[in-house]
Amino acid sequence: MDNGLRDFILAIVTMDYSLVQGGGCPVFLAENATQQNKISMLLARILGGIVHDLENGVYLIVKH
Amino acid sequence: MQNYLLVISFGVVAGFLARWIMLRSDYRHYPTYPHGQLTHLALGFIAACLGAVAVPAIAKPDYVAVTFLALAAQQFREIRSMERNTLESLESTKLIRRGNDYIEGIARVFEARNYLTILTALITSGVVQIFSWPYAFIAAAICIYGSVKFMSGRKIGDIADIVPAQVHFDKSLLMVDDVVIMNVGLEQIRQKIEKDGMGVLIKPKNDNARLTLDVPGQRMAIIHDVVSILGSKVDMNEMDLAPLARKQVDKGYLGLFLVANEPDIQYLIEIIKRVPVLESAQGTTLSSFYGKKAAD
Repeated sequence: MDNGLRDFILAIVTMDYSLVQGGGCPVFLAENATQQNKISMLLARILGGIVHDLENGVYLIVKH
Repeated sequence: MQNYLLVISFGVVAGFLARWIMLRSDYRHYPTYPHGQLTHLALGFIAACLGAVAVPAIAKPDYVAVTFLALAAQQFREIRSMERNTLESLESTKLIRRGNDYIEGIARVFEARNYLTILTALITSGVVQIFSWPYAFIAAAICIYGSVKFMSGRKIGDIADIVPAQVHFDKSLLMVDDVVIMNVGLEQIRQKIEKDGMGVLIKPKNDNARLTLDVPGQRMAIIHDVVSILGSKVDMNEMDLAPLARKQVDKGYLGLFLVANEPDIQYLIEIIKRVPVLESAQGTTLSSFYGKKAAD
């Protein structure tokens, strides 16, 4: 549980696509904060991950 | 000519009784009732028989029989791996895991208890052989009391102070007082944690205790024991509310965070105090020369 081996970004949810560069991970665009919150929550439940906040408007769904 | 039947039966009864008393199915949920207990009672009975026949075998004298005893005692080593395998295979389907350190500790205890059973039976039957049967009651009582008392080990409450602490957020970071626990993204989860979350600080009393609490296995054992009594609001695929224990890296104490089904902070503290200190996690820096020097 506490070990970091399984840590892995499953998805990124953002309102500003320019904040995310590079590939390897699906990026979901949201129109507003409410939608971003909702998408993140649903993705986390579906993928079994946890939502983390980078505090710049980018949310990550990470598998621990 | 002594009555060997009397000697052996007193030994067997005392040994079996010792095993029975040491077999406690408590909040650690192990061993489960009734099959797991039956296995251990049966093995305890065999161990008691082994211990009890040793004295008559020497008195007879039949030294070959005694060597067979040593051979039979080897079988009890299997118990440790049996317990380890069972518990390890159950780990993958647990939401909150025990951790390997805890499993190893439990397995070791089960093995050791059978040796205590043999010893109790041996001493009791020896007393009957040398003195007479009324003394067996005293000998058995002392042995059983000793087995329970001296094999219980230390608890977290002995090595650390546990104090309630405030669960709060520093932007997206979940904190227990000044210990950073994790990053929480969703606003609704933050609100839930602020409403239902409980936090405590586990402050080690000395350097040995600090090293003990450093070990992730020890932290997992604490969390496992707490969750198995108070419950947690973690579900499959919803790990946001997972209980965590993190270290204040500068000061060395732990912050523990939990969202429990039963939010009673005083019981949380009492439970943590009673978590066993794992043998494999014990810090021993203060018994080394440089450890003692560096501590001040």
